[in-house]
Order: sequence, then C-alpha cells, then structure tokens
Amino acid sequence: MSEWWTYRAEDFLLFSPRVYWRMFELHNAALWPLHVVTLAAGLIVILLIARRPGSGARWLALILAILWIFVGWSFLWNRYATINWAAAYIAPAFAVEGVLLFIVSLRDGLAFNRRGPVGWTGYLILGFALAGQPLLAPLQVRGWTSSEVFGIAPDPTAMATLGVLLLARGRLLPLLLPIPALWCLLSGMTLQTMGEPQAWAPYAALVLAVAGWIWTIIRRGTGAIKENRT
Amino acid sequence: MGTTRRTFVRASLATAATALLPISLHAQQAPPARRPIPSTGEEIPIVGLGSWITFNVGDDPLLRDECAAVIAAFFEAGSRMIDSSPMYGSSQPVIGYGLQKLGRPSALFSAEKVWTSSGASGPAQIEQSRRFWGVPKFDLVQVHNLLTWKPHLQTLFQMKAAGALRYVGITTSEGRRHDLLEQIMRSEPLDFVQFSYNVVDREAEARLLPLASERGIAVIVNRPFRQGELTDRLKRQKLPEWAAELGVSSWAQLMLKFILAHPAVTVAIPATTRVDHVRENLSAAAGPMPDLAMRQRIAAHVKAL
Repeated sequence: MSEWWTYRAEDFLLFSPRVYWRMFELHNAALWPLHVVTLAAGLIVILLIARRPGSGARWLALILAILWIFVGWSFLWNRYATINWAAAYIAPAFAVEGVLLFIVSLRDGLAFNRRGPVGWTGYLILGFALAGQPLLAPLQVRGWTSSEVFGIAPDPTAMATLGVLLLARGRLLPLLLPIPALWCLLSGMTLQTMGEPQAWAPYAALVLAVAGWIWTIIRRGTGAIKENRT
Repeated sequence: MGTTRRTFVRASLATAATALLPISLHAQQAPPARRPIPSTGEEIPIVGLGSWITFNVGDDPLLRDECAAVIAAFFEAGSRMIDSSPMYGSSQPVIGYGLQKLGRPSALFSAEKVWTSSGASGPAQIEQSRRFWGVPKFDLVQVHNLLTWKPHLQTLFQMKAAGALRYVGITTSEGRRHDLLEQIMRSEPLDFVQFSYNVVDREAEARLLPLASERGIAVIVNRPFRQGELTDRLKRQKLPEWAAELGVSSWAQLMLKFILAHPAVTVAIPATTRVDHVRENLSAAAGPMPDLAMRQRIAAHVKAL
C-alpha cells in the first residue's frame, strides 16, 4: 500500500455502526437458545478453576477449544466476513487458537494454582466477559437482542480466555496468549473508530491481562534472585 | 455544439415523455441536469450514487430492502450512474439485489472497479463483480486507487476493444498520489478519472480538473461531503440567506452545487442510506448553478464556519 502514512483507522472501516450491531441481532436470533448452553459452559469453566484446578484443566481447555472454533466459523467466517472481508483472514486465527487449546487439553498442559492480585484480576476479566459484556447492549439502549454473549460473540470469548490464561500456569501459555490479546486490540480499535464508547471493554481486558503478566514475570524474576541469594 | 436533427428529435421525445409523467412526480423534483462524457458525447445525469459503507449491509434482509429503496428512488428521480468496488464488502451483491428487485432498470450506468494486487487476477475479479451486479457487462470499469494500474489498464483497454465494457477509468481518493494520477491522465487514453473534490478539499482545482478538460476525460467526484463529515459539521449552522438564489434548502445541496458547477466535473457520487437524501442530492442537480463568484463565496463561507 503506497503512502500508508496518509491512511487513518476510518479508511479501513467498511461498515456503519448500525450494520455492525444489526449483525449481532441477526446472529443472536439465528443461534438462540444456544446462548444458554455457552453461558453454562462459561460457568463450568469458572467452577473447574475454583473447585478442580488440577483435574479440571483438561476439560476447561476442551470447552474453550470448541468455543473458539465455533465462534470463528459461525461469527467471523459466516457472518462478519459478509461486511468485512478482513474477517475471512481472521477466522483461521480463531481455528488456530482452538487447535492450540485442543493440544493443551490432550497434553493436560495447564494448571490453575494462581492466587493473589493476578488471580483475582483473572477472575474479574472472566466474570466481566460472562456477566458484564452482555449487559453493555441494553445499557447503551441497543436492547438485549444485540448483546454479545460468551461462546457466541468473539469479544466475550476472547476476554474470558484472557482471564482464564491469567489464572493459569503452563509451558504452552505463551502460545495461547497472542490471538485473544490481538483480537481484543483489533476489536477495541474497530469500536473506537466507530465512535462506540464500549471500546473500553476489550481495551481494559487487554491492559489488565498485560499488567497481570508483567507482574507475574517481575515476581518470578525477583523470586529467582532471592533463591540465588539464599 | 450545434443542434443536429438527431438531438432535436431526442430532445422533442424527452419533452413529450416528460409531459406524460404523473403530475405528482413533476411536483417532487425536476430531472437532474446532464453532461456529456467527452470521449463519446453520451450524456449522463450529473449526480450519481456511491456505495462506500452505505450499501455494505451483508445479508441483513431489512437493510438490503432499505438499500433497494434508495436505488429505486435514485432511478425514479431520473439518475443513472451507480458506483461500487470489490473493496466495499457486500455492496456489490446488495446493488445486484436492488437492481433485481427493480426489474433491472435499463437506465443503469454501471461503474465498477478492479481492486487486486495481481494483474492476472483482474479479469476473474471483474467477472465476479459482474455476476454480483447481474448485468450483461459493465458500462465503466476503473482501476481502484491506482492499484497495479499498468496491467489492469491493459486488461481494461483490451476488454473495451472486445466490447466487454464501454469505458475505462482510474480512481484515487482523499488527495492521494495526484502526481501519478496526472502522469497517467497525460499518457493513457482514459474515458473517466475519479478523485475526491469538495468545498474544502480543493487540490484538484490546480491541476487535475484543468487537465481532465484539456484531455477530454470525464470526471467522477467522490467524497463530496467528506464521507458525511461536512454535513455533520454544518448541520447545526444556519444556511446563508443568499443560498436561496440557487434554490437550495440544505447544506448538502449547496455543497453539491459547488462541485457540480465546476465545468470539468461530469458526475458527483454522494453515498447515502436514506431515500430523502437521494432525492435531496438529485434536486441539487437541477436548477441554477453558482457562477465563479458564488462558488468562491460558498467556499469562503464554509471555511469560516
């Protein structure tokens, strides 16, 4: 692309806010009452982390894997791509995240024993993704019909995954983080360009998650130094 | 240009046809003025219909019907040129839906673009676009934003020679790459050129518009309201009293008349999702146009607000 510096975010926005939110209305109407199942899956994820942090990790990763692939196929590929051709290139990234989560599930590659401020931040993001994000539509007078629900829409699915990963430990964690983080960034930019106040939601989830990871890395570093001194 | 027997007969038939129209339509608005495409002399209404963002509504049945209503009002008001691009998401199939619903209006002047970085993929993309529109062939195909312009122009000139399209053009927007556009306008036998021009973005007045006149290239003006930014900014401002001299009742009409009064401009293509705005835009294509002094007055007034 020539003279790329002359392009603004608005130049890449192909649709109006009305079309964007109508898309969620149509998507919700087409999939209802699957929302009940996906929200139940979200509650199971929280219960597994809180009650069975060791044995439940495998099932938790499997649930997230299925939902990432489903959202990528049903929303990005079949619906969002009709108004935004770039979504057709993003949908495979959701499939990749799903496959990575499947691998993590097969290898039992996550452990949930994180406590303290980072753990609570993880629960906060996860809780907001499940219970807070769907309220944004009615709070902004768009009505429940255009609500974004975990496992149905990409934002709450990506935010919830960031929350889960903040609560987790595991060698494959660095592979699982980039796609939900990049989606939150991309979605925040899209909403901001449309002038939608709720752009703060994916941005806040991303900032909190990044802050949590930085805190964890710093703590791990200072812990290692202390061990070396003793 | 003198009056030939053919133009006299055409004008007489047009007058007779206009006289047979329902009185209510007369009361709504006068037909839009026309200007000739320099390369052929074919006359075309000076306000067309853009589709950037406005017609990208996906599979939404309600919004598709709203777009079809806009297209219906556009033809009802006597206009012809609809412009789109493969870059505009679902705009092409949505236009095709609207045209099918209207029974494929014969007045349509279809203006499309080719937008791919591969020269070899150009013909397949144009064919895909044609299927979306549901037309036998395009009237005009333009190279979008000068992307891979050399191979695409070669393809388009070959298609024109083979009768697979009628006119060839090239586009840019928002003032980008005017130097290269000028170079292409000087070297290639273009029928149309498309760029941004409005009451505040007036760079085209310096070189592109005079060059288009000199070279006999028709000019399509995009972003006449800066993608709604100008109409949004001015909607709280009172329209100056002197605007009544031009028979306008809105800022959109005043800004369109500013553009359309430039002698090098052939068509302006505002985009909208609203039927009342289509009618409002097209009514700016009729009635008195501002002279040079009035154009300067409009530009100065808008700049001062």
